[in-house]
Amino acid sequence: MAGRARPRLAVWKFASCDGCQLSILDCEDELLALAEAVHIANFPEASSAVEEGPYDISLVEGSIITAHDAERIVKVRQQSRLLVTIGACATAGGIQALRNFGDIGEMVAAVYASPQYISTLATSTPIAAHVAVDFELRGCPVDKAQLLEVISALLAGRKPAIAAHSVCIECKRRGITCVMVQGTPCLGPVTHAGCGAICPSFRRGCYGCFGPMETPNTAALAGQWRRLGAAPREVQRAFRTFNAAAEPFLRQSQAHDDQDDPG
Amino acid sequence: MTTKTIRVEYLTRVEGEGALELRIDGGRVASAQLNIFEPPRLFEALLRGRGYAETPDIVSRICGICPIAYQMGAVHAIENAFGVRVEGQLRALRRLIYCGEWIESHALHVVMLHAPDFLGFADAIQMAREHGDMVRNGLALKKAGNELMRLLGGREIHPVNVKVGGFHRLPTRAELAPVAGSLERVREHAVALVRWVAGFTFPDCERDYEFVGLRHAGEYPFNEGRLVSSRGIDIDIADFDSEFEERHVAHSTALHAVVRRRGAYLVGPLARYALNFERLPAAVRALAAEAGLGPVCRNPFRSIVVRALEIVYAVDEALRLIAAYEPPDYAAVAAPPRAGSGFGCTEAPRGICWHRYDLDAEGSIVRARIVPPTSQNQPSIEADLAAVATAVLDQSDETIRDRCERCIRNYDPCISCAAHFLKLSIHRA
Repeated sequence: MAGRARPRLAVWKFASCDGCQLSILDCEDELLALAEAVHIANFPEASSAVEEGPYDISLVEGSIITAHDAERIVKVRQQSRLLVTIGACATAGGIQALRNFGDIGEMVAAVYASPQYISTLATSTPIAAHVAVDFELRGCPVDKAQLLEVISALLAGRKPAIAAHSVCIECKRRGITCVMVQGTPCLGPVTHAGCGAICPSFRRGCYGCFGPMETPNTAALAGQWRRLGAAPREVQRAFRTFNAAAEPFLRQSQAHDDQDDPG
Repeated sequence: MTTKTIRVEYLTRVEGEGALELRIDGGRVASAQLNIFEPPRLFEALLRGRGYAETPDIVSRICGICPIAYQMGAVHAIENAFGVRVEGQLRALRRLIYCGEWIESHALHVVMLHAPDFLGFADAIQMAREHGDMVRNGLALKKAGNELMRLLGGREIHPVNVKVGGFHRLPTRAELAPVAGSLERVREHAVALVRWVAGFTFPDCERDYEFVGLRHAGEYPFNEGRLVSSRGIDIDIADFDSEFEERHVAHSTALHAVVRRRGAYLVGPLARYALNFERLPAAVRALAAEAGLGPVCRNPFRSIVVRALEIVYAVDEALRLIAAYEPPDYAAVAAPPRAGSGFGCTEAPRGICWHRYDLDAEGSIVRARIVPPTSQNQPSIEADLAAVATAVLDQSDETIRDRCERCIRNYDPCISCAAHFLKLSIHRA
């Protein structure tokens, strides 16, 4: 991988399922071209050739759930000109942020016979809670076309063309019949676009894996869910999945605390 | 002679975070430890209180590389608890989407992560300069597997279409036709891949594994079968605890699973192949013979050949299923919740993935237990490491380290799944 002029790319993993960095390898048609355009200097999941920093762009997957990782992300930031978080874990804490609502000691004991061997933090926090982040890409997982757009844009020194509207707009553009009007509760009206309205195209409600859009009216949507017959517990569960710690979803799930025993 | 430690701090070309530590004392391997420092995400605790309907979407997040394995384990276990069986074309579609996952996951490992070990490259991108055709063929195979995932699941990673009782939406025959076209085009790449990897140089290494996997009456297994072993285990999946046990060790956030009476066992392609060789179609068996494999392969370095064979199988099986597909009248069968326990065990690309859920009358999860393939293989990986390192003990630390890392990649370990996994350190005396 010679060529000193090419920008140096690094990919980092924190607490995650590996799905977002797999999105890079899932660019089957673009991968070899990407490897020409950038110098992949640090991508341990894909290559044993791991080079020292500094890096031009660091893509960060995963959330912070150990003290060691809280230190590691600071070092990643120091070596990175631009730091981009990829996916719901890095951007909002991920599914593992469900721990934020429980007793961590009890949860560790529920999974491990010898909890004393396990060292983990009581909360799962997004990367931006620890270091400055230059761009946050949403999704559980990220959309690979959006990921390529972010890399291309940042290399060109422009702002990534990532729409901030809701999944509803994507649904309308695809001509998909609204699932809500057919009686199926859907998080599309409050969820950040990017997936292309996959769930409604499969005749199910959006489950919010791209997290909240800008200024979502979650209370109004929760009311509509109730009118469609969803129990408070179900509304709370809906806002408490892969982006449970993202502020608007967090507040809406907490609004149902007194109505139900939190999951 | 002093004690010596060889250490690999961060294993590469594996999914997740792990390390390896080897202690050499008095000219022999005193211990080999695979350290899984993947942060613990505590899925089994997070699942408590969640609804049955959202479970396939949540467990999929255990692993971005094999989400279907987790979704299939969950829906089969929950259906088992509710007393529901999914049959006919819906069952066939579940095999079909699993074919997609085997193809994309195996192609990723064989070409992108494992083959560079045999040819002396750091990664597939460097390997592409000399073996561009094979890398491009591998990517085309992976893409075809992902096309199947996208059509049946909506997307490659964390697909959205699997539900308790069946699917949210059925594909049409017209939608499946172009995917069949892609699979037909890549089939020759899959066969070429088997021939290519069969020509690699493999270290001499025969391991005395107890193979564990599913065995079905008529099929090479995906979603159903009895839990069997090469040393006589033959049980219903619900009786897993009667023969197997999970242990928690200090050096790993992954639990270690063992056969209660004997210890380490092996799951994954080598086990599946040995336990189900006669279930493979004649064409795949003939290709296996051409690749130099008998009905049982005990050399972990040759697992790459078995994985490539399984890609051919999955392509052929997918084509067979698509040809026989007639859309059923409904996308899912009714699955009303009831209190009880249910079990699911399916063949993930890396081996059996076992689930148990206890549910209340509304179908909320009271307790969940998930035993992923890599935590089952961890004791076998450590035993292989000790054996492999012993064979090259008189050589340089660099050679030992290289051989040990390769030994781990033989398993296609998915550390994210197992953490509940790796650094290589060699301590020498």
